[in-house]
Amino acid sequence: MSRLTRTGVLRAVVVFGALAAFPFVFPAQWIVNIAIFTLMYAGLATAWNLLGGFSGYLSLGHAAFFGVGAYAIAIAFTHIGIGGSGYKPFFALPLVGIVVALVSVPIAWVALRVRAATFAIVTLTLLFVVQQLAFNLHHLTHGSQGLALPPPPFDVSTFEQPFYFAMLGVFALAFFTCWWVKGSKLGLMLFSIRDDEDRARGVGVRVTGAKVIAFALSVGFTGMLGGVWAYYIQFIYPQFAVDPLITIGAVLMAFLGGKGTVWGPTVGAFILVPAQQYMAYKLGASELYLLGYASVFLLIMLFLPRGIIPSISDHLARRRSGRPDEPPGAVASAPRATLPGGMAP
Amino acid sequence: MSTLKLDGVVAGYGQGDILRGVSLEVEAGSVMCVIGPNGAGKSTILRAVSGLLRPRAGSIAVDGQPIASLKPREVLSRGIVHVPQERSLFPQMTVWENVLLGAHVLGDRARARRRIEEVAERFPILRERRNAHAGSLSGGEQKTVELARALMLDPKLIMLDEPSMGLDPKARQRVFTTIRGLNETGLTVLLVEQNARAGLEIADEGAVMDGGVVKLRARGRELLDDPRVGALYLGAPITPREAAPEPTR
Repeated sequence: MSRLTRTGVLRAVVVFGALAAFPFVFPAQWIVNIAIFTLMYAGLATAWNLLGGFSGYLSLGHAAFFGVGAYAIAIAFTHIGIGGSGYKPFFALPLVGIVVALVSVPIAWVALRVRAATFAIVTLTLLFVVQQLAFNLHHLTHGSQGLALPPPPFDVSTFEQPFYFAMLGVFALAFFTCWWVKGSKLGLMLFSIRDDEDRARGVGVRVTGAKVIAFALSVGFTGMLGGVWAYYIQFIYPQFAVDPLITIGAVLMAFLGGKGTVWGPTVGAFILVPAQQYMAYKLGASELYLLGYASVFLLIMLFLPRGIIPSISDHLARRRSGRPDEPPGAVASAPRATLPGGMAP
Repeated sequence: MSTLKLDGVVAGYGQGDILRGVSLEVEAGSVMCVIGPNGAGKSTILRAVSGLLRPRAGSIAVDGQPIASLKPREVLSRGIVHVPQERSLFPQMTVWENVLLGAHVLGDRARARRRIEEVAERFPILRERRNAHAGSLSGGEQKTVELARALMLDPKLIMLDEPSMGLDPKARQRVFTTIRGLNETGLTVLLVEQNARAGLEIADEGAVMDGGVVKLRARGRELLDDPRVGALYLGAPITPREAAPEPTR
């Protein structure tokens, strides 16, 4: 169980301090724009990790809740009138997160009755259901015509900064929740479910409750990030707000950095998103950027197959214990139990 | 007063009965060892007591309180823990996390942390291998950690299903010494063991099961010398040495 070590706290203070100073040190709009999307994906991957990394339930449908969050803010603007633009939509984000989390509870309760590939397919189906709803609930979403949000009245020279800090705030909330969960009783429950759900039930873990809480927390943060994104983009369409590529991107980043770790998804996002965005800027016309992006991913998977953080942690642990490194691709040293889920109270 | 009493328990899987009227008493503070051939229903007794299998007939009581209809979690909260036959640790979790999970039903983190420190005093391996993945431990070490986890609830009855299975002789010896040591602290032990000699040697009482019922019951050492055990266990009269076959690997 992770404990609050001095090194861990220091690392978090340095990283979040640097992130807070970033738009003042690098004020160029295109750089801050990349940073906004980096923070968004860091938040999405961290939120996904709460469920997929900690409990082993690999959701492919998180973009559904990203879209729900995005439409919630957009509909609040256009239909309810939340009091104009400016900073007010940012204050509505906690409410968006709570509502998305609450709405997800019955969905989670049903979806989490199945496991592994079936769960992934159920969540993917949910994504397409939400996307179709976004197309068809025309009176609310304006369907394929898209929904416009009023332009924020921010100063042009620092237009990105409020969005940057809103993304940073939601990402920080997701990150520290992830950190807290990892060291908490909930984390212990989720890890035991990830290892062997039947066995976890056998030692008295309330598996359904733990999974539903993780699902709700995870999609709550996802919805909030969708809300910030919608306000930043200002015009949302169903195919972009509820886009499978959003989930896939977040999942890739969590795997790349190391799912089930606190820092892994952040590291994955901080490598992949700037790499993708930078190469799109520089090589966009030739579309070579896709090759470059894939190369970054493949190289890391080749040399650090368990993800960056777990691979480095293992390497350091082996150096401390004097054991040699396993070659890339070797099975992790911890063997899996070979017997099926033994249940014991 | 007996800690555990089974009276005419009938239980099984699907349409079939494995236990066909088991009656057994385990006295408080004693070690009871249940032996018998494969399929006799030894492990099924433990599953029925721990709530994993609901009896179709008969009663199970602990300190006079019926527990046959309780859920596994409720049985745990009554201080009855079950260490199953197969490896039951979570291989990707650390040793410390695995043991902490043993106190999960307490719902009191501070108490769990105090308790794990107490348990770690008895089992130094918990501190030595604290951050190691449980799956990287040897079989004997895993069994020790399982025992440590079972103690997290400060149980009054611990049920061990073939704790020596798959262990080398040295590790097996350590496990039986540990079990005896736990019993000396006042813990009641219900042990199911294929290694009849080793089990009966540390047991105050023994029971021989066959065909889903208890056929013989006596002091542990008396059973070792009882020729009827051989007849039930191996199908022929045996000498005491033959009564303790090595477990099949």
